[in-house]
Order: sequence, then C-alpha cells, then structure tokens
Amino acid sequence: MAFGRPLLRTSYDEDAAIFPSAFQKGAVVVAIAVLLLAMLGIAPFDTIPRALLGPTWLNPVTKTLVFGIIALGLNILVGVTGQVSLGHAFFMGTGAYTAVALGGNGDEAMACIPFHEQFGLLERRGDCGLGLPIWIWLPASGIVSALIGVIVAPAAIKVRGLYLAIVTVGLVFIGLHLGRMLPEYAGDFESGRNWPELQFRFWGDGDPLLDFTKDGTWFGLIDLSAEQKQFVLMLGFLLVMILVAKNLVRSRTGRALQAIRDRDVAAEVMGVPEFHYKRMAFAISSFYAGMGGALFASYNGRVSPIDFGLLLSVDFIAILLIGGAGTIAGTMLGTVFVELLPDVVENMTEKLAGQLDSGGLMGPVANFLLTGGGAGDFGPISTSPTAPGWPMSVFQWNFVIFGVLIVVFLIFEPLGLYGIWLKFRNYWKGWPFSY
Amino acid sequence: MNDVLMLAQTSAGATLIQTVVKSIALGCVYALVALGFVLVFKASQVLNFATGGISMAGALFLSIMIADRGFPFVPFTNPLAPALGETAGVPLWILHVIMAMMIAALLGVVLERVAIRPMVGQPLFALAVVTLGLEIAIGPFNRDASAVSSRNLGVPWKTNSWEFAGAIIPKSYLAAVIAAALGFVAIYFFYRSKLGVAMRAVAFDQEAAMAQGISVGRVFSISWALGAAIATLGAIMFGMSPFPPSGTVSLEIHPVLAFRVLPVIILGGLDSVVGALYGGLIIAAFEVFAGEYLSGYNDILGSGYSTIVPYLVMLGVLLWKPYGLFGTAEIRRV
Repeated sequence: MAFGRPLLRTSYDEDAAIFPSAFQKGAVVVAIAVLLLAMLGIAPFDTIPRALLGPTWLNPVTKTLVFGIIALGLNILVGVTGQVSLGHAFFMGTGAYTAVALGGNGDEAMACIPFHEQFGLLERRGDCGLGLPIWIWLPASGIVSALIGVIVAPAAIKVRGLYLAIVTVGLVFIGLHLGRMLPEYAGDFESGRNWPELQFRFWGDGDPLLDFTKDGTWFGLIDLSAEQKQFVLMLGFLLVMILVAKNLVRSRTGRALQAIRDRDVAAEVMGVPEFHYKRMAFAISSFYAGMGGALFASYNGRVSPIDFGLLLSVDFIAILLIGGAGTIAGTMLGTVFVELLPDVVENMTEKLAGQLDSGGLMGPVANFLLTGGGAGDFGPISTSPTAPGWPMSVFQWNFVIFGVLIVVFLIFEPLGLYGIWLKFRNYWKGWPFSY
Repeated sequence: MNDVLMLAQTSAGATLIQTVVKSIALGCVYALVALGFVLVFKASQVLNFATGGISMAGALFLSIMIADRGFPFVPFTNPLAPALGETAGVPLWILHVIMAMMIAALLGVVLERVAIRPMVGQPLFALAVVTLGLEIAIGPFNRDASAVSSRNLGVPWKTNSWEFAGAIIPKSYLAAVIAAALGFVAIYFFYRSKLGVAMRAVAFDQEAAMAQGISVGRVFSISWALGAAIATLGAIMFGMSPFPPSGTVSLEIHPVLAFRVLPVIILGGLDSVVGALYGGLIIAAFEVFAGEYLSGYNDILGSGYSTIVPYLVMLGVLLWKPYGLFGTAEIRRV
C-alpha cells in the first residue's frame, strides 16, 4: 500500500481489502477503544454520551448495538440486493419465538400445554420452554428465521418493487397473528413473557460460566456491572456480524447480489442465477434478523408479540435510508442516529422539565416548550406522559420527529448521513480549492 | 359478541343472507379506501401509505364538527350546531361528511405540496417511504392529540336495521353501498372530463403530458385531493355501527384500516380503478365468509384470524398473477 496515497491500489487484493486504507483501519480501532473506555466510565470518553443520554446511557447504547446487527441484515437485502422488504420485524419475531421456545424456562407452577386453545382450555396455561443453553438457542433462532426466509422467498421473488414491499407488509401482520396464536411461547400479546437469560453455560442448570445478568468479577480480573457485561457481549456480536457482512459483500456472492440490485435482467443475462441469489439474500438477511431478534428479546428481558409490528420494520428501513443504504458504515451511522435520537430527546426534555419555573438559563425555553396542564400554559410538549390529548407527551412527539426525519432526509439528502460524510470528505480533500 | 348471540338464533338461510350482505358492505368500504390509493398512484406513481392517516384524520374532522360542534385547527364553533339537535338529520349529516372530505382533501394537497412535489423523479420506493414517514408523523396527532373526548361520528341511523326473511340487515350497510356507488360513478365521470383526461395523460407519460401543456403539478394536487376525500369517505363508512368500531372513530382499528386495504389494491392491481372495486368485494367476501363459517375452528386458527385471511389471499394471488388481476404488467428491459 502506497503510503500517503490511499486511493492508489496496485493489486486486486488491495482493492478488495476489508479496510482499503490505513485511515479506516485506524478509525475502527479507535472507535472500538473509545467505546470500551467509555463503557468503563473513564472520564473524558463517557462525557458526551452521559450528557446526551443521562446516567443510564449504557442501556440505550447496548440496544443500539443489537439494532445494528438487525439493520446489517436488512442492508444485505435492501441495500446490497435492492429487494425492498418491510417484513424485517416478522423475521425478528420468528427468531425471538424460537429463542424463547428453546432457551426459555418452562413454567413450574403451571403445566405447559402447547396449543392449549386447541384442547378447549381457554384460560392461559404455563409458558413453554426447553431451557437449552445460549450456544444452542442463539444460532438456532437465526437458522429457523433463515429457513422461514427461504420458504417465503419464492412468493417474494415473483413480485418486484412496490408489490414486494406490500407483500412483506402482509408478512408482518401474519407474524403478529402467529404471536397471538401461540401465547404459551410468545407470551401474552400485550405484556409478553420472560425470555431466555443471557447466561453462558455448557448444559443443565448449574452456575453459568459467564453470566451477563448479574454484577460480578470476570476471570478474577475486572469488575463489571451487568449492563457493562451486556454491552461487551453485544459489541462483540456486532463486530463479528460486521466482519461477516463485509466479507460477504466483497465475495463472489456479494458481487452477484450487487449485480442483481443494479439491473436484475442484465445480471441474469450475464449468467447470475437471479432466483438463487435473491433467495440467498432473503435467507442471510433473515438470519441476521432472527439472531438479532433473539438477542433483542433476551436483552430486554420482556418483549411482547405486539412489538414485532410494522413500526419496527419501518424503523429499520429508516435506519438504512437515513444512514445511507448499501454501505455498512452508513448502516451503522443510521442505527446510531435513529435509535439514540428518541432517548436523547426524552433525556433533554427531562432536563428541561427540571429547569421549569426555576429561572435558570434554560428556564424561558422550558416554559415555552413544556406544559404541566395548567390554564394558559401553551407549550406543545406535555410533561405528563400518559394523559392523551393536546399537548402531546414527548413519546408521541418522538414519533412525529421520526416521521418528519424520514421525509426530510429523503428530500434533502437521499444518500443519507453517509452522503453527508462523503461531501464533507471531498470538500476537505480538495481544500482550499473547490475540487 | 352481540353478533354471535344474534346469529345463534337465526336460521342457516338467514345467516347466509346476512353474510353475503355484510361482505358486500365491507367490500364497498374497502373499495372506497382502495380507490383512494389507486387515484393517487395512477396520477403520481406514489403508493400513498399516508392514506390511512389522512382518512382517519378526515373521520376525526367529521367527529369534531358533529360531536364537538367545532372545526379542526380553528377555534370557531360550528354555525350549524343549533340545527344539529340531539342527532343530526340525514341531509345535515351528509353535508358534514362532505365538509370533512373537503378538509381531508386540503390536508392531502398540503402534504403533497410539501413532501411529495420536491421528490418528483425519485425512485418509486423512495416516494413510498416518504409517505410512510408522513403516516408515522400524522399518527400521534390522530391517536393522541385528538383523543380528548369520545369520538362519536353521530351517524343518524345509529344501529337501526331492517329485517328480511329472518336476516338482520343494518341500515349502515346500505349507506356503505350507496357511498361506494356514488364514489365510483363520480370517478367514472371525472375520468371522462377534461381534467380527468389530463390526469390519465399524466399517468401514461408525465413528460409527454407536460409537452402538451398539461400542468402536471396541478394534476398531482387534484389527484391527492380526490384520493384523500374518497379514502375519508371510506373511513367514515367503516366507522358506522355494525363494522367493528361501532359508530365511532376507533383508535385501535382505524389506524390499520389502510393496511387492511393493501391486499385489495394488490389483488386489483395498483393502477386499476375497476380493480379496486372487484378487489374490495373479493377480499371482503373471503374475510367475512371465513370469519362466519370457520368460526367453529376458532380454537385452532386463533381469535381474530379473519383479519389475516386477506393477506393469505394476497400471497396466493401474487404467486399466480404478480401484477394483480387488473394491474398493468411492467415491461422490463436491460
């Protein structure tokens, strides 16, 4: 690699490298190091997330890491292969249900009777679950989702464009109904059930080798809280999945998928078997979604079937469009932006509420934006989160912000955050000249 | 629950009549909302996911005018309030429905101008996602901001019904059928007017239409206004009593009404007006008949199974005809 000339590539291997320049390699290492140092609570590194997200900032960030895995899967289908899918939540759901059926603990107080409704027993029976360890239920959730993806794919491949988008919307609603049909696995439709715990053990019920749910010392070396352990686990999974995705995109398969995206008829003429590769894209993307769904469910501890609705699918489409579809860096940027923004808004509103009527620096802003429901108080954000009606709570405003963001990004920056970064980079590359 | 008790006393023939009538009425509601999708798609090539949000907003406008005696967005009281009385008479109610449709049309025009017009020429999917964003942004206003009081639609015939050979036929069913007939006939004549021909020309080829002196922007605005108004009519008809929300704007079912209509537009084809009608009737027939005659298998199928029947029908049809029954097949070139 010619130093100082990052765009000069002298061999095919260099061109196909995962990180084509030393700068990118360094940036990734620095990013991981900063994340780990911030996780340990070392002062200058965790200042920004703490200020933006409040003292419990590790929780939303860990959730974002899990969503990053799932978004990577959708990126392979939508960004790389160009098959628009709004059904990602369905595959997350199948993965999560598989995880809970294999890894969840059965109910001891009540008998587990699968399909209890079919026996005419209308009251709820106990939860079902085999209590298998994580190294079985986690890959299994991905594999089952991938298999379902392969089963669904022929119907999805037959149609294209908007028709495909609508078919996948249908999948989400069918998935919601499956969740309603199998309450002994998925839990109550609204409130859910307990999901497999993030503990690593080889077999049985003994003490886990690695416990991600309790505070404690790891290997007698380092003292970590449960949140920190889960953060490390999810970061590790995300890095592995990024590597897999990066490798996939630069391989023969990846080139075939991109050819199909750019023009499916042309790809077929050139000898790329379209059906085969589209089905493969569905399977891979569903694998990511299933594993991510299982991780998401067990990280949350309690996920109800109703959560795997259309809004979740739109979340991931928004991640791709806001971040920049087709690139892994863009997907990561989008995940961070879309998943953390609601938490930032909520935290900021909380802070503002503390300034209400205090006469502090932000006092007038708080009085203008927030309303406690008193007469003559006209702020648009209600401080009481549950009361319906105008003014709306900050949770409702988050939906509005989310929707408006999708519209604004598509109108003004169709390439997303990654496009903004490209513009920024190209500007400074030629600086002080304009090109 | 009431339906179940009622049906237990009726004979098999009466049940069949009731089921057929209900499936036709529900089909008309679906067809109206589907027409809202199709009108917009035909003119501007936008799959308008925000149809659901706009049409629910329209139904809420009606409720604000009838039940709250006010107007949306402005602090005026409804000048017709004294004439409304305890329950509005049929002509006055229809007048309010038309006003609600007009306000919804205005909302549609504004959304098109703000969010869709700058996107002309972008890929179809990007446009569809913009409308998804709009749907999400409208949602909280529909669900939360307007849920201050009971959202009654003030339907003049309430739950009244006729009895025919032992079958009970609610008056709302007839209203839904009449509304759909009026809607489709109006669109039939509209497409034969000068403006309608312009709209069809734009649908055929935007650039050629523009070269002929047609204002494409105006056609877009009008198509969005029409789509919003027709879908609103569908949403209001859906709110009448024997349909699930029973006389109110339901905060649970109305937001997903547009998504329940998606199989209809797939079955009929995204760009076919006739397809919307046939699709609505076919899908509703499957849904209502499955809900009625498979209810003995409720234990196996799970409660509420009838709502996913349309999606299963849609999957089956797409395997057989990928562009729906009446849709135009896309010609694909390298």
